[in-house]
Amino acid sequence: MNGLAGPAWSAPVADRGGAADDPGSTPRLPVGGRPSGGATRSGPGATTSAAARMHAVADGRGGTALPVLAGEGPLALRSGRPDGGGARVMVVGAMSAPLGGDRLRITAEVGDDARLTVGSAAATVSLPGRDGEPAAYDVRLTVRAGGTLHWLPEPVIAAHRSDLRMTTRADLAHGARLLLRDEQILGRHAEPPGRLTTRLTVHLDGRPLLDQALSFGPGAPAGWNGPAVLHHYRAAGQLLLVDPSLTPDTLASRPLPADPAHGRAAITPLAGPAVLITALAVDGRRLRRLLDAGRAEIEEATGS
Amino acid sequence: MTTTSELPTTAPAMTPATTPVTAAPGASDAQGAARTALLLLADGRFPAGGHAHSGGAEAAVADGRVRDAATLADFCRGRLHTTGLVAAALAAAATFGLDPLALDDAADARTPSPALRATSRKLGRQLLRAARAVWPDPALDRLAATRPRGAHQPVVLGLTARAAGLSPADAAQLAAYESVSGPATAAVRLLSLDPFHAAAVLARLAPDVDAVAAEAARTASLAVAEGPGALPACSAPLLDLGAEEHAGWPVRLFAS
Repeated sequence: MNGLAGPAWSAPVADRGGAADDPGSTPRLPVGGRPSGGATRSGPGATTSAAARMHAVADGRGGTALPVLAGEGPLALRSGRPDGGGARVMVVGAMSAPLGGDRLRITAEVGDDARLTVGSAAATVSLPGRDGEPAAYDVRLTVRAGGTLHWLPEPVIAAHRSDLRMTTRADLAHGARLLLRDEQILGRHAEPPGRLTTRLTVHLDGRPLLDQALSFGPGAPAGWNGPAVLHHYRAAGQLLLVDPSLTPDTLASRPLPADPAHGRAAITPLAGPAVLITALAVDGRRLRRLLDAGRAEIEEATGS
Repeated sequence: MTTTSELPTTAPAMTPATTPVTAAPGASDAQGAARTALLLLADGRFPAGGHAHSGGAEAAVADGRVRDAATLADFCRGRLHTTGLVAAALAAAATFGLDPLALDDAADARTPSPALRATSRKLGRQLLRAARAVWPDPALDRLAATRPRGAHQPVVLGLTARAAGLSPADAAQLAAYESVSGPATAAVRLLSLDPFHAAAVLARLAPDVDAVAAEAARTASLAVAEGPGALPACSAPLLDLGAEEHAGWPVRLFAS
C-alpha cells in the first residue's frame, strides 16, 4: 500500500555486502556530535535523505533469493548466511544517523512463500541536528501470502535533545507471517531522553490489526512519564507475532513474571490471528530479557 | 449545512449534526435541546454503567502509582492524552458518519489488551441499550444488529451523540471528559480521597480536556476524507499492562 507504489527510491545499488568497506564509514559519535565526513553528508549542517530497499522472493527450490538489496548512506544493507530456506539481511549503520533533519526510509517486501529475516548491527541512536529539526525514519513492510518476515532490529535510542518521528507500517496478505520487534530507549545511559514519536501500524488482508503510537520526551503530550503511560520505566517495547495458525485459544492473555521495580510485560492475543507482547523496563537489557521470555512462551505454545 | 451525507435515507429524523468541526469545543454551538442532551450524556447518573469502571485507576492505586491528588492528576493527564484522545477521535468520527464497523475495527487495532477490548464492548453494549431507549434512531438499531455483543464504547457514543443532535466536537468533548472523570470519581473510593480534591483535579484538567477534544475533532474531520487510519493511535502501555493484571484479580472494587 502506501510507500510501495512509488517510493522516492532512486538509490544506486550502493551496497551489496560490503558496508564495512565503505570509506565513508564513521564510527557512531558521542553526545551530539556530527560526523565530519560520510557518504551523503556534504558538510556541517547537511542532512541526509536515504532509502534502502530489499525484496525477497522464493527461488523455486525451497530457498529465498534477494533480487533487490540496495542501501545507501546510513542505511547500508548486507546479506548474511541463509538460514534454512530463508534469506538474512543486516542493516549496518554506516554512519551516525538519524540526526535532526534526516529522512530515512527502509522498504522490505517478501514475496509469496519467501522467508526473510532482517536485523541491525547496532542500536539506532537518534541524535540532535543543528537546527532542532525533527528527523523522520519510515519503515514499510509488505508480506505476501505464505511469506514470512522476521523484522528484528536493535532498539532506537532517543538521545538527549534529539527529535525523531518514526513510523513502521506492515501490510500483510492473508496467510502471511510476521515476527516484529520494536524497542525504544529513553536516552543513553544516565541522560534525559530526547523526543521520540513512534507509530506501528499493521494491516492484515486490508484490515487494521494493530495500531499503536507512543510519544515521549520534551514536548510530548503531558503525562508520558506519569502513572498511566511510562512512569519510571526508561525502555518500552513490543514483540508482535502474526501467524494464520494462531487462534484465540492458542495463548491466553497473561502477565509475564517480572519485578515491577525493574520491568513488566504481558502477552495479549489481538483481535485477529496475532499475539503481542507489551513490555516496559528500566533499561534496554531488561526490556530485551522480557521480550525474549515472552517470545519463548509464544514459541512453546505455537510449537514453532 | 450538514457535515456528512453518509447516512442512508432511513437516517433519523433527529437534527443532524450542523456544526462545523472547527467550532470551538464546549458546545456553545449546541442548540437548546441538544445542549441538554450533552449534559445528560456527561452526567455520571446516565444509566450506561460507567460508574462500575475505574479507567485503570484501581490497578494503578494497587501498585502505588496513584497515591494522592497529585499522582491522580498525572494519571488522568496521561490517560487523557493517549487513550482519551483516541476515544474522543473515534467518537467524533462516528458522529461525522464514518462507517461504524470500520471504526469498530480501528478501535480493536488500537486496543491490544483483551481485557480493555472486552470492557469497551461491554460499556458500548450498555450505552447502546440506554441510547436506543432515550434517542431512538435506526443507525443505533443497525449497530446493535451487526454487533450483538457490543461495539466499542466510543463508536456507540459518537452515534448516540449524532442521534441526540450533537456535533462531532460535542462527542469528542464527552469522550475526552469521560477519560478523566471515570478515574477521578473512582479514586474517591479507592483512596478515600476528598471529593472536593477529586473535583479540583478535574477542574484543573479542563484546558487539557478542551485541547484534546479539539484535536480529536480535527483528526476526525481528516478521517472523513482519509479513512480511520488518519485517527490517532496513542497508547498508554501501563494502562494495558495494568488492565491485564487487574482482570486476573479474584476480588476487585471496579470491573476495570
